[in-house]
Parts: sequence; structure tokens; C-alpha cells
Amino acid sequence: MPTVIVDGKDIEIGAHERLNCIEVARRAGVEIPHYCWHPGLSVVASCRMCLIETGTRDAATGKITMMPKLVPGCQTPAKDGTVIVTDTALVKDSRARVEESLLIDHPIDCSICDKAGECLLQDYHFEHGQAERRTDLNPFHSRRRDVGPTVTLFVDRCIMCTRCVRFTREVSGTSELMVINRGSKEEIAVFPGFPLDNKLSGNVVDLCPVGALGDKDFLYQQRVWFLKRESNVCGGCSAGCSIVTEHNQDTVYRLKPRENPHVNKWWMCDDGRYGWHHLHDPARLLSAGRLVSTNDDRETVEWSDVTTRLRQDLSGAGRLAVAVSPMLTLEEAWMLCAVARSIDQQAALFVGHVPVSGSDESFPGGFTIRAEKCPNRIGVEAVVALFEPEIRGWNDLVRAVGAGEYDAAWITAGYPHAWIDDTTAAPFGRLRSLVVQDLFESPLTKLATWRLPAAGFAERAGTWVNVAHRAQTFAAAVRAPAGVWPEGRLYWNMLGRRGLYDPAAVRRQIAESSAALAALGGDLPAVGVDLRVDQLASS
Amino acid sequence: MTTFQPVLLEAVGVAGSHTLASYRSRGGYAPLERMLKEKQPVDVIELVKSSGLRGRGGAGFPTGLKWTFLPKDHPGPIYLCINADESEPGTFNNRILMEDDPHQVIEGIILSAYATRATTAYLYLRYEYPQCWDRLQGAIDEAYAAGLLGKNIQGSGFSLDLYLHRGAAAYICGEETGLIESLEGKRAWPRIKPPFPAIEGLFRKPTVVNNIETMACVAQIARRGVEWFRSIGVPSDPNNPRDPGSYGPKLYCLSGHVERPGCYEAPLGITARQLIDGQGGGVWKGRKAKAVIPGGISMGLMTEAELDTPLDFAGPGKVGCLGLGTAAVVVIDETVSIVDFLHNSCRFFAHESCGQCTPCREGTAWSLRMLERIRAGKGRLKDLDLLAEIGNTMGMMPGSTICGLADGAAWPIKNAIKKFRGEFEDYIKRTNPSGWMVTDPVPALPIVGAH
Ligand SMILES: Cc1cc2nc3c(=O)[nH]c(=O)nc-3n(C[C@H](O)[C@H](O)[C@H](O)COP(=O)(O)O)c2cc1C
Ligand code: SF4
Repeated sequence: MPTVIVDGKDIEIGAHERLNCIEVARRAGVEIPHYCWHPGLSVVASCRMCLIETGTRDAATGKITMMPKLVPGCQTPAKDGTVIVTDTALVKDSRARVEESLLIDHPIDCSICDKAGECLLQDYHFEHGQAERRTDLNPFHSRRRDVGPTVTLFVDRCIMCTRCVRFTREVSGTSELMVINRGSKEEIAVFPGFPLDNKLSGNVVDLCPVGALGDKDFLYQQRVWFLKRESNVCGGCSAGCSIVTEHNQDTVYRLKPRENPHVNKWWMCDDGRYGWHHLHDPARLLSAGRLVSTNDDRETVEWSDVTTRLRQDLSGAGRLAVAVSPMLTLEEAWMLCAVARSIDQQAALFVGHVPVSGSDESFPGGFTIRAEKCPNRIGVEAVVALFEPEIRGWNDLVRAVGAGEYDAAWITAGYPHAWIDDTTAAPFGRLRSLVVQDLFESPLTKLATWRLPAAGFAERAGTWVNVAHRAQTFAAAVRAPAGVWPEGRLYWNMLGRRGLYDPAAVRRQIAESSAALAALGGDLPAVGVDLRVDQLASS
Repeated sequence: MTTFQPVLLEAVGVAGSHTLASYRSRGGYAPLERMLKEKQPVDVIELVKSSGLRGRGGAGFPTGLKWTFLPKDHPGPIYLCINADESEPGTFNNRILMEDDPHQVIEGIILSAYATRATTAYLYLRYEYPQCWDRLQGAIDEAYAAGLLGKNIQGSGFSLDLYLHRGAAAYICGEETGLIESLEGKRAWPRIKPPFPAIEGLFRKPTVVNNIETMACVAQIARRGVEWFRSIGVPSDPNNPRDPGSYGPKLYCLSGHVERPGCYEAPLGITARQLIDGQGGGVWKGRKAKAVIPGGISMGLMTEAELDTPLDFAGPGKVGCLGLGTAAVVVIDETVSIVDFLHNSCRFFAHESCGQCTPCREGTAWSLRMLERIRAGKGRLKDLDLLAEIGNTMGMMPGSTICGLADGAAWPIKNAIKKFRGEFEDYIKRTNPSGWMVTDPVPALPIVGAH
């Protein structure tokens, strides 16, 4: 195995791994500070924060020969015998000087800067900078430049790492951002009439190591140190990007991509990133309502009563059809099927409506936004397949209801956008009993005998399986609004199970009952598991 | 020394010297035609290698050796880029060669392309040289018409296209990878190395970048031979096996406070004093020199006492200068304030820094800001240590930057503070009698103007 020596410690790396010094040092638990380097972008080695001392150790004699000058860790490959030294006076001095230099043209307006608290310039200055100020500072400036619909630029906070510029050239392929002027007068800008306007634009804000690029959606909404972070999965499309939901007191403030080499690398799209506002929409359904008379009056039913009264109503209604929404988690879907079958042993289980919009959109950096705007069709299909000999979908259900094949239906939805029109909904009005579980009023909820609120994506817990058959588990990031029981909780209680809804227990049960889903048995890693690969391995 | 017969500049003053006919009448292109017939590319590389020719663009890298770094048996294309961005302050030797004897340069280019198996060459010309553009374009047209450029040159089977490309007036475009980026139509941000251009250069193909004067030397080596070339200049130091010596004639650009400024050809190794007093007719107005720039402002400063330093590739380094650079010797007489000199130098580099590397971008701007403040009578003694620190830590030498511009910015600062510290201290104490000793942070006030 090739061995790299990091601050005196031997670190073995894979025989074919191509790592730079920053990456190898990280494995040794040593952080080499850096601004311009990002694993998802080309190497420019220009910020010079990652300067280190390097050398080579002779394999035969063990003798170490050091290079006379500093080198950038990002640009220097770590090979067998590479010696990396990060803690010498020379290295420390050089970091302090880079910090000092970067502050010359920086407004130091941390008190009004969104990035404060998660700013590399702050963090590195604290760790590697020097207390004494020696520079001739610029007078305070905080010029703001609009660069596009989603992002605003605080020109003077920029440290010219050019990550954002490289992102638009290499990943989004849209090249809107550029550097204008020269030397210390350089600025990031867009060409007049060509704003930063692409579906991946929000990523440049994540990439910005300082507070130069601000997310208009998040600007001045919350101090970052008040935010709590929960690992989540985006429900916007079937790509299922790994994300972090950042929230405070059950209010979501922003979503950020979470690194996952198998899914989204470091990125997420703007549709997903800004697609959480419906969670706090005042128009959401916030209570369980049951129709009491034909003239549209509904009584609000306490949740503790819903479990029994719903079962009662459906038990007496006749032949039951259920739409299992691809917005549900695997666990919720499975429990829903179980509940339905416990009410009517013949209950017909359909995969719910699968929203599709346009076609898949791919970007040069290897990122794809899926046309299928739901996170768990594959997972829900796998669950339904455990109960039904063949998979039937939403259109089948609509047709069957129209043909009068069923007396009652339980439609789970949970879609953030309008998804059904009056014509499609009409036949459902003839059913003896109609349960609709959704986020918002729709032509269907108007016809419902039972109108139940659904949970939003960050309020659910469980597992989603994305378009590439990768299963990712997550906990709820925020509590559902008062008056809403997430589906998981309702089904758990309807199944008569004790205590709080425990998705892990349900998942174990699913894994035991199905070879195809056996990989879900244990604790899933943060990056999830590929259901197909693990299946092959275990067979 | 003064009896040295110019070779590279032999055409200067000859009527119509820029024409093909004139060049031919001086024996031009005959060596090329002979080489194309009789020699293989490797022979030409060997010829240049054995001549000891070192690049005239500033770094003094052995030319033949650079050519051997190209990958063997590469399917091509291989590119040859001729660096005529000539923006180093004080430098104008390339200009004279291009204006007065463009065919000498073109012959060198064709020979070098043949040696390196390049079939396309780009000549990157400084924006401010319209006369060069006209002369070069005229000469290229003549060469194409005479079958010296284009397909199957002189029936040799070797083909070469030579394109003129005009820069947009930025110093950084002279840095070889900045030049390559600029040629590719991008912002001239020097690339990180490795890979070096010989492996991955223009359009990601193997590329050689050479200076105009280097090309002229190649033409003369082909015409007059290795023996002739090696008979001129300073042989390598027998005590230093890594010294490749300083062979051949060199164009010295003498300017500043001398009686007869101009571009003079002399054997490498002439001392600064010989050049100034001989060709230059001495410091002007009977004054004394205070300092002399040995080879473009990037190389730093020599004091009057250091003027006997030989201006070969090794000489200026021995007195703390960066090197021979472009051999542009600028004389600064005793009436000039060294504070003003350094301010001017800092202003140039702050303006020309491409802005990629933090230490260069901010260091050049910071040093300029400090010099502005010092000149405005708000200097502190402490500033001198800070300036020296910036000088010592910015550049490729300490490893803190991507290209050599930062070293070039650092050297005048380092040299000026080290060699003329007394003058700086006097200036600061005199102009800031109440504040020169203060060490508190400088208040962040609107910066005083540069003028
Ligand atoms: C900032 C900077 C500016 C430069 N400008 C020039 C130039 O104008 N002309 C030139 O020939 N070389 C210039 N060089 C040197 C080139 O990078 C390169 O070394 C040279 O063109 C190689 O040619 P040679 O081997 O024939 O000397 C510059 C280097 C630096 C770092
Ligand atoms: S050293 Fe200066 S000029 Fe050279 S690449 Fe870096 S910033 Fe640009």
C-alpha cells in the first residue's frame, strides 16, 4: 500500500487512489485550510491558503528530503513516500499572511453578514490569523450587486476564490459568472443582460466560502447559529438528493445539499432548494375533518378518535381501493397497505399519482434533475408488490372507480403542487366513503368524506428509494404543524402498535418479509444503499 | 569590447532592412534552406543545445533543453509560441528586432519549428507595437510568397503556418502560460505547473514558448555556427556544475538617466558600468548613478558600488538582484528619490498583477497603498519592515504564487528597502515628524491619492 506521511504519521492510501495532500491530511485528522479548492471543481491553486511543506521519504533508506519552498496542498498529489508537514512556523506564517491579505479588501461587516458563523474567513482567521492588524484597511464598503433572481453579490466581501465562476463553467455549464477587472480591483460579475439564472444557481452560495454570494431566499432571515440541522432527502424529484434541512423552532429556513457521491455529489437544484415554502403555507390542511351532512359540513375529529372511527367507517363501506402515494416513505406505505388489508382483506392497493413535469434535465457536471416529481415511486412500488401480484397505478384506479368497481377509496397524496382536476376527481364523488390525505384542498378533498392532512417532506421519517434504486433513511427535521399527524403516526396507531412511531422497527419488518428489500435491515449509511447491488451480493 | 561587431542588430540603419531582399543579401535564409535539406530536427535541437543558448525572455532557460522536454513521437499538433509581449519596463530589444530585421526572427522561428516539429506557430505581439505588426505581417507575407512559410517549405516536406496575434496590453500576457491562455481566448491567468507547456500547453497540446531574441539567436547560430556563438560571452563556472554559462551576444536596452540611451548589442558579461560609460556615454548631466536596474524593473536594484557586476545570467544574482531578466538596464541618477522609484514600481505591479494569487494580488496592492501613504507624509518606520516582509514572502521563490510576476514585484521592494533603507528612514522621519515612530494600526481612512 502506498504510504503518505502526514505530520509524522504514516497514512496508507489505496493503490489506485489519486488524492491531493488536503485529502490525505484529512484522513490523518489534519485539516489543511483552503478556500479555492473544492473536490467538485477544477484545481486553480490560487488562494494559497493550503500552502504546506512537502518532501519525499526514500523507500530504501527512510531518509526524508524536504522541498525548499512551500507548495499548495490542493495541487500536490500525495504519492507513496510523500511527506506532508503542516505545522511548521513557515506554514503557520504563510497562513497568517494569507488571512491578513484577504482582510485588506474585506469590509469586515460580519455583524450584518449572513455568513457570519459559518464563514471560512472568520473561522480561519480565528484559527490561523494573527490578532494584530498591520494592514492599511480600505474604508468600509458593502456594495451589493444583483447577479440574478436567486443570488445577490456583496462585491467587497469576495476573496476571489473563483469557485462560483468555475461552478457555472464546469457544473451548470451556463458560464454566467465571470471575473472583471484585474489585480486587487477584481470583482465577480455577470455580463449585462445575462444574469445568473439556471436551475443550479443556488449552489454558488454554498460554494462561496465567505459572505459574498447571498441567497435571496435566506437573506437576513436567520442567524446561522440558531439553525439546527437534520440530514434529510429532498422530495422534489426522484433524484432524491441528500440534503440538510436547516430549521429553528419547527420553521424551515433553508435546505442545503449534503455530500453524497452516489446521488448528488455536492449539489442540489433550485427547485428542490427553494421547494420547502409550502411547508409553512397557511393554506395547508391542519385538521382531520369528517363530513357530517351532505351540505358539505365537516366536523373536526380528534386524532385519538380518528383511528377508530376511520376504521369503523371503512369497514362498513364495502370494497376498498387505496392509492399509496409516492410521496410516502417506504415505512408509511407499508403500514398503509397493512392497515387497508386489516380493514378489508381484499383491499386493492394502487401506486398513487406520479407527478411528471417535462423531461429529465442533465448538466455537464453530471447532475440530473428528474422529470418525475416525487421521491419514492420505486420504493412504493416495491412495497405494493409485497401485497399485490401486479402493480397498478393511478390511472388504473381512476378507471376502476369510474367503472364502479369499488365502494370506498383511500387516496393518499401529499403533493406540494395542485395535482388533480375536477373531471378526474368527479367519479370519486359517487363512492360511499372517500378518504383523502393531502397537504392542500383539491377537487378531491372537496368530495371526501374524510379529509386528512398530510405531512410535508421534512416532517416525515423513514426511507425513500430514488430513481437509481438507492434507499436513504432520514428522521423528521421539523414537527408537523399543530393539528397534523404525519401519516406514519396515524398508520402506526391504526395498526394498534404501542408507543411512538418507530420507522426503524417497521423497516426491519419490511426487510424480513422481502428478499428484494433485505438490504434495509440494518442501519443504513448516511449515503444510503443501492437496493440492486446489495441484492446481488446477498444472493 | 567596444569593437564588438553587432550581429543580431547588423541590419539596424540599413535601408530597407526589413525586406526579404535585404535579409537575403546579408546571407539570410540560406542556413535555413541548408538545414532543411541536410539536417534532421534532432540535429537542429542538438545544434542549439550545444551552442549553450539560453532563453532571452527573462528566465534564461537553456533553449535546446526546453525543446527536449517535448514528448517524443507525439502525434501532434505541437505548437510554437513566440513571445513578443515585451512589457517588462525598460525593455525594447524585441521591438528593434521585429521592426528592423523581421526576417531574421522569422528564419529563427522556422528553424525552431522544424526542430520541435511544430507545424503551427503563433507570434504573440504586444498591443502597443503597431510598427512591429506592419513589418512582421509584411515579412510573413513575403515569406509565404517565397515558399519559406506554408506547405512543404522549399520542397523539404516540412510545413509551417505562422500567425500574428495581437495582445490587449497586459503585462501578464508575457508570462508563458498567461500568453497561452490569452491565445486561447481566455483571461490571461497563468496556469499552475506542472504540467509545463512542453507537455500540455496551447489547446492542451505540447507547446514551446520562446522569446523573439531567442529566435534571432537561433537564426544566427544556424548561420555562424556553434563555435562562433560559444566564443562570445561567459563560459560556465567550472566550480558550479549546474551553471550552463552565458554564451552569445545579447541586446542590452539602456535607458533612464544616461547620455545615449538605446539598444546595444554586446557580449554577455559586459559590466553595467562598461555599458553605461561606454555605449551609454555615462550618466547624464555629469551626475552620478544612485541605482541601476540590471534587467527590467522586476530584477531589482544595483547600487552604484555594484555597477561592476557582469551582466550575464549569473551576475546580477550575486548582488542580490533577481537575475539578468531582459537585460534592460535603467539608470537612476542621484537626484531621484528612491521612495518615488519604489512607489512607481509598486504602482506598476499592483496594476499588472493578474489577481489570481492572494499574496500577489493583495501584496502588490498593499505595498502600493503603503508607499502612497509614505509619500503623503504619513509613513512609519514600521512600514519598512512590513514592506520587506511582503517582499520576502511573495513570489514563486518562497512558493506563495503561481507565476513569477510576484517575484518581480517583490524584488524592487526587497532591494530598495535593503540597499536604501537609510534614505527611506530619513524620508519618513522628515515627512512625518510626529508619527514616524507610531506602531498602532493605521486607521482605516480614505486612502490618500497616488499623485
Ligand atoms: C510576469 C512575467 C512576464 C513576462 N513577460 C515576458 C515577455 O514579455 N516576453 C518574454 O519573452 N518573456 C516574458 N516572460 C518570460 C516567459 O514566461 C518565458 O519564460 C519566456 O517567454 C520563455 O522564452 P525564452 O526561453 O526564449 O526566454 C515573462 C514572465 C513573467 C513571469
Ligand atoms: S503571481 Fe500574481 S500575476 Fe502571477 S498568477 Fe499569481 S496573481 Fe497572477
